[in-house]
Amino acid sequence: MASIKHKNAKRIEGLDKNVWVAFTSVAADPSIVNLGQGYPDIPPPSYVKEGLAQAAMVDRLNQYTRGFGHPTLVKALSKVYGKVYDRQLDPFKEILVTVGGYGSLFSTMQALVEEGDEVIIIEPFFDCYVPMVKMAGGRPVLIPLRLKSSPAATSVSSADWVLDQEELASKFNSKTKAIIINTPNNPIGKIFSRSELQAIADLCIKHDTLCFSDEVYEWLAYKGHEHVKIATLPGMWDRTITIGSAGKTFSVTGWKLGWSIGPDHLIKHLQTVMQSSLYTCPTPLQEAVGQGLLRDFELMGKPDCYFTSLALELEGKRDRMAAMLRQTGMTPVVPEGGYFMIVDVTALNQDLSHMGDDEPYDYKFVKWMIKEKKLASIPVTAFVGEDSVKQFEKYIRLCFIKQESTLDAAEAILKSWNKG
Amino acid sequence: MVFFLIMQGNMSRKLHARRIEGIDKNTWVEFSQLAADYKAVNLGQGFPDFSPPHFIQEAFCKALNGGFSKHQYTRAFGHPNLVKILAKFFGRIVGREIDPMEDILVSVGAYQALFCTFQALIDEGDEVIIVEPFFDCYQPMVMMASGTTCLLDLRLKCCGPVLSSADWVLSPEELASKFSPRTKAIVINTPNNPLGKVYQQEELQMIADLCIKHDVICISDEVYEWLTYDGTKHVKIASLPGMWEHTVTIGSAGKTFSATGWKVGWAMGPGHILKHLKTVHQNSVYHCATAAQEAVAVGFQREYDVFGSEESYFHQLPIHLHEKRLRLADCLKSVGLKPVLPQGGYFMIADISNLNVDLTDPSTKDEPYDYRFVKWLIKEKGLATIPVSAFYSPEHKDQFQKYIRFCFVKEDSTLQAAEDILRQWSDSK
Repeated sequence: MASIKHKNAKRIEGLDKNVWVAFTSVAADPSIVNLGQGYPDIPPPSYVKEGLAQAAMVDRLNQYTRGFGHPTLVKALSKVYGKVYDRQLDPFKEILVTVGGYGSLFSTMQALVEEGDEVIIIEPFFDCYVPMVKMAGGRPVLIPLRLKSSPAATSVSSADWVLDQEELASKFNSKTKAIIINTPNNPIGKIFSRSELQAIADLCIKHDTLCFSDEVYEWLAYKGHEHVKIATLPGMWDRTITIGSAGKTFSVTGWKLGWSIGPDHLIKHLQTVMQSSLYTCPTPLQEAVGQGLLRDFELMGKPDCYFTSLALELEGKRDRMAAMLRQTGMTPVVPEGGYFMIVDVTALNQDLSHMGDDEPYDYKFVKWMIKEKKLASIPVTAFVGEDSVKQFEKYIRLCFIKQESTLDAAEAILKSWNKG
Repeated sequence: MVFFLIMQGNMSRKLHARRIEGIDKNTWVEFSQLAADYKAVNLGQGFPDFSPPHFIQEAFCKALNGGFSKHQYTRAFGHPNLVKILAKFFGRIVGREIDPMEDILVSVGAYQALFCTFQALIDEGDEVIIVEPFFDCYQPMVMMASGTTCLLDLRLKCCGPVLSSADWVLSPEELASKFSPRTKAIVINTPNNPLGKVYQQEELQMIADLCIKHDVICISDEVYEWLTYDGTKHVKIASLPGMWEHTVTIGSAGKTFSATGWKVGWAMGPGHILKHLKTVHQNSVYHCATAAQEAVAVGFQREYDVFGSEESYFHQLPIHLHEKRLRLADCLKSVGLKPVLPQGGYFMIADISNLNVDLTDPSTKDEPYDYRFVKWLIKEKGLATIPVSAFYSPEHKDQFQKYIRFCFVKEDSTLQAAEDILRQWSDSK
């Protein structure tokens, strides 16, 4: 019998459930076409893999490196982002390397959020934001993106999902410590425009709050859309932590390296969390990412640059997926960025009443689709709070950073949808 | 005040969370920087300066060429190949069936396993007994989890001409007195960093009896478990009767395979405790890097097959280090330092009180003697070590200022360079 003393600490109460644990094991079945969890089944660029192989051969690179980030990597980051931000970035004081974008989010919350703090989160949100705010003792305050065009329209874009400005302003008060934004957004793929970011910035400055900007998909902005960094807006550098990811940048999610960039007076607190939680990230991986970044820095703006070529490759896949989905009668929301697409399944009129009513519609649909159609996706209500479930329960999320053979298999399933 | 606000970028409120107050200073950050700045011969931080064994490097190369899946997310709580072999390997050692999916969590180094353990189990009001000297992160981690540290010192029981880490012991009465109704956990580290003490079965039994009596969890940091010398046996407290249910055992691939930069570690214990560590893990880093886990799995499979034989790395490494340990001890003795011969681990401490060095550097005048000595040794002699009072709580630092720590897990050329520096210094006195 488990003793009372072996009970969990209060900070993790209620945080044990997780949508990925539920759905990723199902999708491990090879007969299922997996468009669920967000990772590429395309190979990473060869020079990145080679960089790792080379690093592993150097004795020193198999041992501990600098805790806050391997020098080769932080210097490369300061070069690349120095150009993007158009400012001098101190590699040792304004950058922290973490275990994935996830680790940056965690370090940020643990460093800067505590009991009594409110943190504004925009729905739909990458699902870890709420548990992380709670684990830090903070209170999540949710606000949904709302579809502004008519739902009967045949072509919906992620740009059609917007924040109601009055509603947004009403969420800020004296307890608000920070707002989390994610652009390009997971799952919708929305890229916040400069004016949308300015509206958020104005509120941050007015209420003296921080901004945690999750920009892991920053290089994946499709034609006609520009990724804007909120930290570059006037007055925002000093109050923003911007998060990036090697996994998403170089299609190596299994490397789990990310970074936080921001002013010294904020980053130093994240560094304190780092030195008390895992101390340092793996060395050879950091060396390889640093070398990869230096290589692409030289090519920035040119079609050969991986940041550009990957976006071009994915735009084609995005358009192909949207077309496949439309054929079945579903309404895709075409994303401006990122590698996910959400799809409205209302028009299919799929009757799932036999599956009971203790779950939102999209959870049932996803399970039904895995079983009946052998196609895996993720329910979008996994990314929203209870109050917004009704607004999002007819949507599922599909990942399109997949090789052509995977998309072919998905297409075959979708083409025969109405025959099954 | 206004100037301060402007410096803060016009943010007028307190920004950082209370949980990080008082834990911003860090020994390693300070001393690693100093060693690098002065290009010192580095016997300070604990990492080998020789390469990992060939078979593990090969395993890593194979893994990263092993198809796209090795570069994408794997199972969050531990790559299947790795948890399965860890369960098999350690199950054979502790004599029980370990469930790879329920009883093991793979982490970013043993450091993160410790973090998950404290965050999962410690609340405000909980006491955690820490044995001094301790690996310096334990106390900040307890503080960050809002726990209260309850300190217990290893004490030198005798003072012969040759000191051994076995001469540092716990007083049974003092140990028992530290357990209270609020005690949630006790942290032990065997082999110990920095002393090199390897707890004997009787000592562990004494701790186990108290854990069972008071229903306390034992957090057992065993990262140096394969490094014992002179026939000393490493005993796993989790293998003592009744202790599996009360113990979280922490291990490290970095120390096991001389690849500290890979940052692969694990926590092992009963499912009902490990599930809480998993909750912390899934809300903090979620996944660990895939390729390194695959390589470590291959390494453990190889060691499982050759366990106990001469071919085993776990057999060869301690033999290799045994000589280096003796060599360093002899050198330290010859220059007037009094080394404490470690029974296990990577490190040796030495008593510096016989040396009469004029430490006039004004920048260090308020620091403990050993800190000042170490900084002097780096700056004036180009030799890096670590002050042992770094492994004591702020409350007790000034009682333990006369030891410095050397890492002997180094190439012979590094040890030779250190010896040359010490002999030159001794000859010039």
